[in-house]
Amino acid sequence: MTVDPPVEVAKLAADGAAAPRPTRVSKRLSTGEGKLAFFLVAPSIVLLILIVGYPVGKALYQSFLTDSGLDKATGFFNQGGAWDGLTNYKHWLLQECGKVSCPPGTLGSTFYSSILVTLLFTIATVLLETIIGMMFALIMHKAFKGRSIVRAAILVPWAIPTAVTSKLWTVVFDPSGIVNKILGTHYLWTSEQTPARIAVIVADTWKTTPFIALLLLAGLQGISADIYEAARMDGTNAWQRFWKITLPLVKPSLAVAVIFRTLDALRMYDLPQILTGGANGTTTISILVVRQLNSGIDSASALSTITFIFIFAIALGMVKLFNANIVGAEEKGVK
Amino acid sequence: MTAATLTRVSETETDTGRRAPLRWNLIGNVVAIVVVLLWCLAPFYWMLVLAFRDPLYTFSTDPFFSHVTLSNFRYAFETTNNKFAQSLLNSLLIGAAVTVLAMVIGVTSAYAIARLAFRGKGILLAAILGASMFPGVAILTPLFQLFSGFGWLGTYQSLILPQISFSLPLAVYTLTSFFADMPWELEQAARVDGATPGQAFRLVILPLAAPALFTTAILVFLGSWNEFLLSSVLSNGNNAVAPSTVAIANFTAGPHIVPYTQTMAAGIVVMVPLVIVVLLFQRRIVSGLTAGGVKG
Repeated sequence: MTVDPPVEVAKLAADGAAAPRPTRVSKRLSTGEGKLAFFLVAPSIVLLILIVGYPVGKALYQSFLTDSGLDKATGFFNQGGAWDGLTNYKHWLLQECGKVSCPPGTLGSTFYSSILVTLLFTIATVLLETIIGMMFALIMHKAFKGRSIVRAAILVPWAIPTAVTSKLWTVVFDPSGIVNKILGTHYLWTSEQTPARIAVIVADTWKTTPFIALLLLAGLQGISADIYEAARMDGTNAWQRFWKITLPLVKPSLAVAVIFRTLDALRMYDLPQILTGGANGTTTISILVVRQLNSGIDSASALSTITFIFIFAIALGMVKLFNANIVGAEEKGVK
Repeated sequence: MTAATLTRVSETETDTGRRAPLRWNLIGNVVAIVVVLLWCLAPFYWMLVLAFRDPLYTFSTDPFFSHVTLSNFRYAFETTNNKFAQSLLNSLLIGAAVTVLAMVIGVTSAYAIARLAFRGKGILLAAILGASMFPGVAILTPLFQLFSGFGWLGTYQSLILPQISFSLPLAVYTLTSFFADMPWELEQAARVDGATPGQAFRLVILPLAAPALFTTAILVFLGSWNEFLLSSVLSNGNNAVAPSTVAIANFTAGPHIVPYTQTMAAGIVVMVPLVIVVLLFQRRIVSGLTAGGVKG
């Protein structure tokens, strides 16, 4: 489980990360402060370089080396570790296993399907979570009496570890479980492709929707009631007020929630791994990396580098996309 | 259904001017709240029911507590193959270590970012946020190899250190937004009275920030307690050090037996402390998550 960064800090990053904090800071700028700041920040930087930077760099280097194993051309055991250029990348991206294309059933051949499954899960869950989360947020915003009960309840799905949630949904989606009984169906939820995918999407949506609602509620509470009142006097209806006032003004919170949920969904692992064993068309890219770990660390390095670039590119694209919107929304809405 | 109710309520509002008839508002509210509560709590309730149900009646659709027994809980703790009790201790130990490390190292960085002027702050903040968005698998592959080289696979350090990759950024950015929101004048007064920035931090800011530190620590601990990907791979099958999420995922009873009710009981044990903590400190946690956005 990850916790999404607070709206404010994330907004800073979305605005190009370099937005300076209060103006008072720049007034008090002195060399002594810079030195102190360096010592205060250094431990974090060192630790992050050791635990994130170094491994990622190492993976990048290793992704260009050969794996140990039987050499398909000579039949001899190959120690591995020799410079191999882009072979590992060709293996995944161009589906090359040696001189031939990867036969079905090998891990290599499942690369593109796992990319597609990951994208499917991401789009479906983020879309559902955002729409339902928005409805929840509006409900909580309106409900003054029950708000504290609702807010407490909403934290429950969020607080349960995903591993436990996954087991819960395994039981619920069992062929003789409660879902089939209620629906009167006989699906093998966790072992047929489409039902398995639906099960993963439902379980993820259940867990994360409340959290999005919470972030959006924070955004809603920042909107001044005066704007609504003015709009009401102008004779707008509720629907118009939602589209013309609520949505544009809540957009910064929405953007942050959507970006971080998307990144989270792209690295989905726990849920499909435990719910369906990552089988039956629910093999996400993270699951594929973990499987590859035991059959060639250098190929796995290439795969995790590809995964990293894939997610990073999407993140960058979304920040760019929403950044424009955030600025646009602020110009139109606040005035 | 909820949307329709909402719209209806709001329409009545516009029809009759400023105030809608009280009854409609109330009914709409109640329906909406019930829907949200059902969504959040129904699966949780079902888990509770199953955890207390006799395994023979696992697939009974009785919606209420029936065939109540404590045998599932006894089973979860007594069977030795799952090492469930041990896994709870492991989770506690790993979570505590991760939280202490992330907090001690993160608090100074957060203070510097929120309050001091230095070059490269934007880049640093972006790098820390970037690190927190990192796909776990990107560091998993190299760490797996690195740790197997050290002989660290299946040890506590191999489970604790990698979690810093996401808990330190979490601690830094949560604390940064808390520090940024704190009254600036007190610290300035201390500085005017001749305190160094370090003294101002230790003597003025830290005591004031205690609630923020506490909230952040809870969030970091929750993140660690819930972690699965890194732990499941880096514990490398060693049940003696694996945390409870891994134990739950691999919960077994023996060949051809699916221990559903027993797993639910174990799941309840893992989550109930969390739910209690979260409910006790819900206001703080919400404000930590949304960083000052929630005032209510």
